[in-house]
Amino acid sequence: MPPNTSEPLLELATCSISFGGLKAVDSFNLQLFPGELVGLIGPNGAGKTTVFNLITGVYKPSAGQIRFGGKLLNGKKPYQITACGLARTFQNIRLFGNLSVEENVKIACHLHYQTSLFGSVWKGKAYREEEARQHQKIESLLEVFGLKQLSREKAAGLPYGQQRRLEIARALATDPKLLLLDEPAAGANPQESRELMALIRWIKEKFKLTILLIEHDMQVVMGICERILVLDYGETIAHGKPEEIRKDPKVIEAYLGEEAV
Amino acid sequence: MKRLAAFIGFFLLFLLANRFLPEIIDPYYLHLFTLSCINVILAVSLNLINGTTGQFSLGHAGFMAVGGYTSASLTFYLGPKIIATLDFLPAILAKNFVFLFALLGGGLSAAFLGLLVGIPSLRLRGDYLAIVTLGMGEIVRVLILNVEAIGGARGFSDIPAYTNLFWIISLTALTIAAVASLTASSHGRAFLSVREDEIAAEAMGVNTTYYKVIAFVIGAFFAGMAGCLFGHYLQLLHPNSFTFLKSFEIIIMIIVGGLGSIFGAVVAAVILTLLPEALRYLGPVKDWRMVIYSLALIILMITRPQGLFGNWTPDFRRWWPFRKPQPVA
Repeated sequence: MPPNTSEPLLELATCSISFGGLKAVDSFNLQLFPGELVGLIGPNGAGKTTVFNLITGVYKPSAGQIRFGGKLLNGKKPYQITACGLARTFQNIRLFGNLSVEENVKIACHLHYQTSLFGSVWKGKAYREEEARQHQKIESLLEVFGLKQLSREKAAGLPYGQQRRLEIARALATDPKLLLLDEPAAGANPQESRELMALIRWIKEKFKLTILLIEHDMQVVMGICERILVLDYGETIAHGKPEEIRKDPKVIEAYLGEEAV
Repeated sequence: MKRLAAFIGFFLLFLLANRFLPEIIDPYYLHLFTLSCINVILAVSLNLINGTTGQFSLGHAGFMAVGGYTSASLTFYLGPKIIATLDFLPAILAKNFVFLFALLGGGLSAAFLGLLVGIPSLRLRGDYLAIVTLGMGEIVRVLILNVEAIGGARGFSDIPAYTNLFWIISLTALTIAAVASLTASSHGRAFLSVREDEIAAEAMGVNTTYYKVIAFVIGAFFAGMAGCLFGHYLQLLHPNSFTFLKSFEIIIMIIVGGLGSIFGAVVAAVILTLLPEALRYLGPVKDWRMVIYSLALIILMITRPQGLFGNWTPDFRRWWPFRKPQPVA
């Protein structure tokens, strides 16, 4: 059910990976089209984060192909994949804890710097202009995420919700076309979840993003996703619009449970 | 343009210092100053590897030895020939030209070894990397022990005394300035991200492999130059100066100063060079000076485990009188 007939931005074709005897992900197929917001759900251990790790190059698929904007990603290193325009957040927040909020985001800008190692030691005109440009970008990004007042704070010292937001801001600083969010609403209260939904919708329009989202909070998933994929034991057991997923008997049995219907 | 003027200014200033300081200051103090400066170079360069990039290296004495012995071989065997071909230059210029050549040779050879050691660091971390670098340092030392052309176990003697105050001050200043400027740049933040979280750094587009190797290469380059200064100062290099105890000495400096703090590394390198000397004057307890020294370290680590300065670096630009007013955030 692609929204239009354009080329898929991200395409996973029969991707599999096993750890020892365990098939963590078994012939997984996914097509993401530009501008979509797709959810990936499933019980714990279903292989959702493994799919993210496959896409971002942390794991190498034992079979299958991953294409991003027509380019094959198999065998590329994570930093090369990020440079292609694909950024992620982590389920268990991975900020640079001892560094300031601003530095956290600036590190994500590093791949856009043109200056060489010597250039940045010498700090000539080109470097200073570059630094000023990136600084401006970061300021506006932090402003959007309500973190500007905290830009000198240590990242580890922020409250949990702001750490989650900082992680998204950091991922956006790499200028991605596709954003992978791994449980952005984990640990958030209902109020924060609603704010997060609004934020995700808003950044999707503002930065013209395609988003793939892992989430357990059904309010969030059903609220913002256009399509949902359901994983269980590494296999895709359902795929469709939120309303269809809600009624799917296999999904209810494996994940949602009777009461949720 | 302004920076070029500053460079020329410092150049002349250091030349003046080289000319007049030895006449004013007691040679014993100059000796301590020279040793402090060499230790500052070693500590600041090791701090880039251990403190900023978070790769635990125990092989800094090895880098220093390679730099020292390479440069000493250059000045001892090649130096006279180069000076002979440069006979159209005044002798003092020719000598210093040879020394510059030796400094670069020492630095580059150590940097090459840094590259070789950096490569296993792609796979190893923490304790495992520490053991590999420790082994590298010992291999270097044992190799030197067995090469007769560079003195073997007797030590490499009769190295020309090319190290003077000018080179000492310039290279110390250069090391501090270069490492500080690098750390405060975008590449510096990439080094920090490797220390903080490798997986996240990689996911944010930082080529962690490259930065780990480059940290070793740059750190080793400066350590090699420190070795060159050391050899041409004492006019003698001995394998026993480069045991793993020397590496530990430098590690202690950066831990006392605060891992990652360049300012801390400089201060701690100076204090820890001078402390054993200062304790000589304690009178009745002077036989206990190494015990006092060790006790001071233990007490410091119990009371301030993050080191004297932690991560803190003073903003010296704040005290610069010609600074443009900054917008207040």
